[in-house]
Amino acid sequence: MSGKATSTAAEHWTEIISPKTNMFHLPLKEVWRYRDLLFLLVRREYVASYKQTILGPIWVLLQPLLTSLMFIIVFSRIAGIGTDGVPEWLFYLAGLTLWNYFAECLNKTATVFKDNATIFGKVYFPRLIMPLSIIVANFIRFGIQFLLFLVIWLYYLFFTDSAIQPNWVILLLPFFICLMGALSLGMGLIISSLTTKYRDLIFLLTFGVQLLMYATPVIYPLSGMGEKYKIFILANPMTSVIEAFRYSFLGSGVLSWAGLVYSFVCSIVVLAVGAIVFNKVEKGFMDTV
Amino acid sequence: MRIVNVENKFEYMSNDIAVRIEHLGKMYRLGEVGTGTISHDLNRWIARIRGKEDPFTKIGEINDRTSKSESEYVWALRDITFDIRKGDVVGIIGRNGAGKSTLLKLLSKVTKPTTGRININGRIASLLEVGTGFHPEMTGRENIFLNGAIMGMTKREIKAKFDEIVDFAGVERYVDTPVKRYSSGMYVRLAFAVAAHLEPEILIVDEVLAVGDNEFQKRCLGKMKDVSERDGRTVLFVSHNMGAISNLCNSCLYLRNGTFVNYGDTDKIISEYMKSSNDSGGISEDDSPAFPGQRVKIRKVRVTDESGNTVSEITNNQSVYAELTADVLIEDRGYDIYFELSHLQYGILFRSTLKDTRPDSYDNYILREGRYVFRIPLPLNFLRGGAYSIKAAATIPNKQYLDMFKWETPFTIIDVMSPIAITGEDRWGSIVPVLEWEEMSVENHKENVNI
Repeated sequence: MSGKATSTAAEHWTEIISPKTNMFHLPLKEVWRYRDLLFLLVRREYVASYKQTILGPIWVLLQPLLTSLMFIIVFSRIAGIGTDGVPEWLFYLAGLTLWNYFAECLNKTATVFKDNATIFGKVYFPRLIMPLSIIVANFIRFGIQFLLFLVIWLYYLFFTDSAIQPNWVILLLPFFICLMGALSLGMGLIISSLTTKYRDLIFLLTFGVQLLMYATPVIYPLSGMGEKYKIFILANPMTSVIEAFRYSFLGSGVLSWAGLVYSFVCSIVVLAVGAIVFNKVEKGFMDTV
Repeated sequence: MRIVNVENKFEYMSNDIAVRIEHLGKMYRLGEVGTGTISHDLNRWIARIRGKEDPFTKIGEINDRTSKSESEYVWALRDITFDIRKGDVVGIIGRNGAGKSTLLKLLSKVTKPTTGRININGRIASLLEVGTGFHPEMTGRENIFLNGAIMGMTKREIKAKFDEIVDFAGVERYVDTPVKRYSSGMYVRLAFAVAAHLEPEILIVDEVLAVGDNEFQKRCLGKMKDVSERDGRTVLFVSHNMGAISNLCNSCLYLRNGTFVNYGDTDKIISEYMKSSNDSGGISEDDSPAFPGQRVKIRKVRVTDESGNTVSEITNNQSVYAELTADVLIEDRGYDIYFELSHLQYGILFRSTLKDTRPDSYDNYILREGRYVFRIPLPLNFLRGGAYSIKAAATIPNKQYLDMFKWETPFTIIDVMSPIAITGEDRWGSIVPVLEWEEMSVENHKENVNI
């Protein structure tokens, strides 16, 4: 009886800070309490990037358009890589819109500790808020670019006689987006946690992401890939997502359920590992950054 | 029956305590971080697998910045144990490198401890630096919300306090202007206003008072006093300004080289601190490089006797000088250098400035590049005995600060000749001027007294 009473007395503390923390204890409740901060940070991201630029948010649209144009010239016209019979604009835009979301999320979350060292060094809030705000901010960006894709897609669908065949897989779009978000967040968390100690990874990352694009069917269709290398391309969890996306809107590309399940499992595992590693690193990273 | 009493007492005690710190320690790694850590990490990992102690915690030593440390690891804080009661205003004092800021960082969860633990009762908010997360492109309104949210307020809480915050900062007209258009004063005021309206149960303050003008500093101190006295909140306050500490705090924690020295009543602890810091008092130097474009940098503040020796303790029957050494890095007119003399208990007694010696022409007085040493006699004829400190700064009067010397230089005056020293009487007041009492006339009131 007396022992029990003492232990309740000891539990009066609202918070205990100690060196050992349970790495599987994710502060999700705390993240929820700070949700307002999440949206304010998203807002800050927008204000910060586009204030005092002449074109403002139009850049979000210009970027995929110009890149697609470049791809058309270089890969389709000069190199002669086919687009599976799909109009070039649609083919490249579909790949780029998705890839940009993934790459931007990954690049930004991977440097989250470095970019926010000053804030993190002065005030505590659940660090997970920062990468989450990046995912949300990029989701909005993705939304705008996706609308652009939709407009061009509708144009081709109704005003040209090109052979695009949208189908019911379109309904899986939210799933694709979540999957990419989870994958990039997970990878970003892992890399950001490692970069607090081993700085070289940042350099590896910047061109690593570029290289990874070539290992993903963004500029070429999976069907055009020789059997010899196909296995490597398929090992990339982004492959099935982009292919399935193209399949759903354009009717070309490979819809592989096995591939999608593989991507799904990958992103769940990566996200879980990322969350655990991040959680472990965030408490002490100020001493190493 | 007896057991129940003990339990109640225990419960009462832990309810009464805002923060309990037990054997708290923090170890830092010195030198280049990021090289060789993989091998250390591997060593650590292998040791842990074999069930041994972390091989690197043993070589840590106490944090003494004056002697070059032998090992790569250093204890910024070691084995600190004490309780802070609810409603206490605790000053944390100690010289630079004593571990004050580390302690605050641990308390505010910015970094985690190496050993020990901290138990907390209530919500903590820290003002380690005001204006964290302020974005220059965003308006005052947006920044209030963002900054508030970073410090842990919800949108609704901020909304409820919004008018109060804007009012306290005095920026009503500019709430919808980007903060990059604010004057630096407005910026700081706004930032502090957000922080001051957090209403946490435990407030952590680190040297905010180093920013802003005197009037604003007073307001901050007032707000802190309000927070502690009216609302009964717990405040932890780090400062080098002993005047502010003795003014605000009812208890004090004294740290030295990361270790606990004493904790208790403010006056007692401050005098202990002043006594021990006076061993090396009378001089402070700043060897750090000037920042790019800096125009004047104060290098040294000394207290000397007639023949130029540094003194940390001096009797007032001899001459005492303040000596300021300053580098003028870019030649210009209108520079001014000043120092403030503070009494430990009574705060700032006066400020003396370079331009006093040429009040008419100081605007046109050019300081050429070079190292200047100024010697100023201190007016001992009205200073009482006790612990003093000197703080120096360089300015362009009414325009900007060029440099603010980081440290206060402490020294002690021993009163051996003033009337109160001679008569041994106790007298109120921050100065003890000896004024001439002139007998103007004497009226004979004897008759009145007799009636």
